[in-house]
Amino acid sequence: MTAAAGRVLILLALLVSSAGAMAGFAAGARGSEAGWRLTRRLAYAFAALMAAANALMVWALLRRDFSVGYVAHVGSRSVPDWVAVVSLWSSLEGSILFWGLVLGVYVTAATRANRSRHPEYMPYAAATWLACGAFFSFLLAGPAQPFATVPHPPADGPGPNPLLQNHVLMIVHPPFLYLGYVGMTIPFGLASAALLRGRLGHDFIRPLRDWLMLPWIFLTCAITLGAWWAYEVLGWGGYWAWDPVENASFLPWLTATAALHSALLTERKGVLKGWTTTLVMATFLLTILGTFMTRSGVFNSVHSFTQSAIGPTILGFLALVLVWSVILLAARIDRFSPEGQLLGAASRDGMFLANNLLFVLFTFTVLVGTVFPLVVEAVQNVQMSVGRPYFDRMAVPIGIALLLLMGVGPALPWGRATPEQLKRALLPPIFGALLAAALGAMLGVRAPWTLVALGFGGYTAQVTLRELWRPVARRRAKGAGLGEALVESPRRSRRRTAAYVVHAGAALALVAIAVSSTMGTSKELQLREGQTATVGAYTLTFLKAEEVREPHRDALVARIGIMKGGRDLGVLTPRMNHYESQREPVGTPAVRTSLFEDLYLSVMNIDPAQGTLGLLAMVNPMVAWIWGAALVMALGGLAALWPGHRAAAAVAARVDPRVPAPSRVAAEG
Amino acid sequence: MSRGRWFAIAALAAAGGAFLAITAGGIGQNLVYYWGPTELHAAGKKAVGASIRLGGLVADHSIVRSPGSSQVEFDVIDRPGGRVHVKCTGVPPQLFRERIGVVVEGTMSPAGHFEGRRLMVSHSNEYRIPGEGEAVDVKKTMRTTQGLDDAPAP
Repeated sequence: MTAAAGRVLILLALLVSSAGAMAGFAAGARGSEAGWRLTRRLAYAFAALMAAANALMVWALLRRDFSVGYVAHVGSRSVPDWVAVVSLWSSLEGSILFWGLVLGVYVTAATRANRSRHPEYMPYAAATWLACGAFFSFLLAGPAQPFATVPHPPADGPGPNPLLQNHVLMIVHPPFLYLGYVGMTIPFGLASAALLRGRLGHDFIRPLRDWLMLPWIFLTCAITLGAWWAYEVLGWGGYWAWDPVENASFLPWLTATAALHSALLTERKGVLKGWTTTLVMATFLLTILGTFMTRSGVFNSVHSFTQSAIGPTILGFLALVLVWSVILLAARIDRFSPEGQLLGAASRDGMFLANNLLFVLFTFTVLVGTVFPLVVEAVQNVQMSVGRPYFDRMAVPIGIALLLLMGVGPALPWGRATPEQLKRALLPPIFGALLAAALGAMLGVRAPWTLVALGFGGYTAQVTLRELWRPVARRRAKGAGLGEALVESPRRSRRRTAAYVVHAGAALALVAIAVSSTMGTSKELQLREGQTATVGAYTLTFLKAEEVREPHRDALVARIGIMKGGRDLGVLTPRMNHYESQREPVGTPAVRTSLFEDLYLSVMNIDPAQGTLGLLAMVNPMVAWIWGAALVMALGGLAALWPGHRAAAAVAARVDPRVPAPSRVAAEG
Repeated sequence: MSRGRWFAIAALAAAGGAFLAITAGGIGQNLVYYWGPTELHAAGKKAVGASIRLGGLVADHSIVRSPGSSQVEFDVIDRPGGRVHVKCTGVPPQLFRERIGVVVEGTMSPAGHFEGRRLMVSHSNEYRIPGEGEAVDVKKTMRTTQGLDDAPAP
């Protein structure tokens, strides 16, 4: 019964989204107001149907209704209710259903926000979104089938993958990833609309940028949460391995970041319209490629829990989107007329281009390394992978160049600069660079790349702080008090401030990654009860191995006493969890985080009867700073989006796209 | 087109070519092969010094632990009848035992045994418990083994 109702909802969603896509394209072509109204209604209806289907599935999961195929696949009577709810996205079919819900929410929000704006583009945009909606409805109706009817329902199911139950981060990581991935549909639709229209007006760049920024924030969080989860759960002591699944989330992030920068240039100078559009479309393509890689089982890695026939369907969609994008770009890109021009290589303009070049190179590098083994296997039937050293060797110089660019770019003025100006802009931050590198050297950093990263980080930090402080100082010079200036200036130049906050976070993240990956200590220990060992400045004593019974799992726990510099820091309890449904145990490391370093203990083997323990013990510096830095980046992104509509609308009204804005006049002298 | 423009295009092409060369070289030097004992022997000299993930089953009665250290020696076998002796320095994981699928990361030594840096028990992605004697596709599980990717380079 429930399964049949679910299938009806999915079929209706397929119908409504297909109709909406057609109505939208027709309304766009004819410029029909009534057609646009119809498209909007169908968009809302699609969202409502997807929400209903998801609610129905959650209900079935909570009731342990094993007559529903997906529930029989991932449900279990032995798991708590919260696990039952998050099972919605724990496996393939459910996660596609959840994808539909997220898409519905995005489409509703983007449609409502622009229902009476940008009439020349919006029907086309909504039509593109709904076409994507139709594809995912089709996927749910045919190949995926979460609502398949189970003729003879089992008495109990296997429950979701224990790795998902093992840590709270795995509950929040997937929703963020979907909010990031699915959200890229919105800018893709906007870019398609601009191409279909053959025009990208100044007023339409802002929504494009904003709707790119929102999923970018979620994707930033998702990548960080994924890394954090790997660190806290998988027990090998690191957070990033260039695993295909990690790369799948990182690739669209790279192009989206490039697009955000090039869109800024487009918005400010009216240039690079085609390039910005291309990056936005590439971002969407990479999300679909990522979905294919993680959801079809071509790579078997920690994240790909299942293999299925869904892969070919997604591959078909990827091909379709690729053809659509290439044809649209080829046919229409010439119609985008630039309204300004780029000036000077040694200027902020030039640095924006350098940024884009680096991000594209980065994307290419990661993409080639990720896809190469697949191609080799397909062609020669040889199984292999591209090892981590390849990625590290390519990523380190690019990352360090980006770190420096975050300092040099904002230091330079727009347009052409005189040698005198360049000297005044670029020389002072060298002080910050030397300071940071010297500080690092004093604290024991010897690796040359890490020292370079620290130096560039210091350079960028000084520039960023200077740029953040500048408007405050200007306001104070006009006679405002310090408190007033500190509150008012960021409010008046919110997007500018936000951008520098994101940069501060990114610079901090890059430095923390450099330090944590080169300055750690790692030891594999074999201990008996009562034995002591040291790692870094810590003394570890293996006190006892215990067996613990919990409702949905059993665990073997190692109790390890920690001392540092004669001070007792208490007991850490890394463990091995045994879930009923799983043959292999799942380790859970214990991490003790202090301001500058983590003590990381992971059980490799443990035997309470013999009193023996194999332990991986690591000291990882600055890892927690990466999570903090990502939070700063996300908050900065949010600040850029925060509605400050009065100011923005007033500016938009004053600026006619055909007349150069005052800043452009000033820059182009 | 002006001369400056041609010059810019030539410079970009040169830079792009250099980048491609670096990428191709980087990939070529960092391939990790997924081999079983049979393929390992078939590769001959090529296996010495290469990055390899050796996958297979731990042979019966072949495990020798050296007391007081984490060093362990054993034989890995595969279906076609290949066998290779492994000396591994990494701490063996919880489930390590005879007749279990393992993946060892390391390289072939000139002396003819496999020098393992890291030892993992192959980790099934399925929820169900495999039946007695059920074949486990080692090639498939080779890629799934938790964290194998991530041995910090010593």
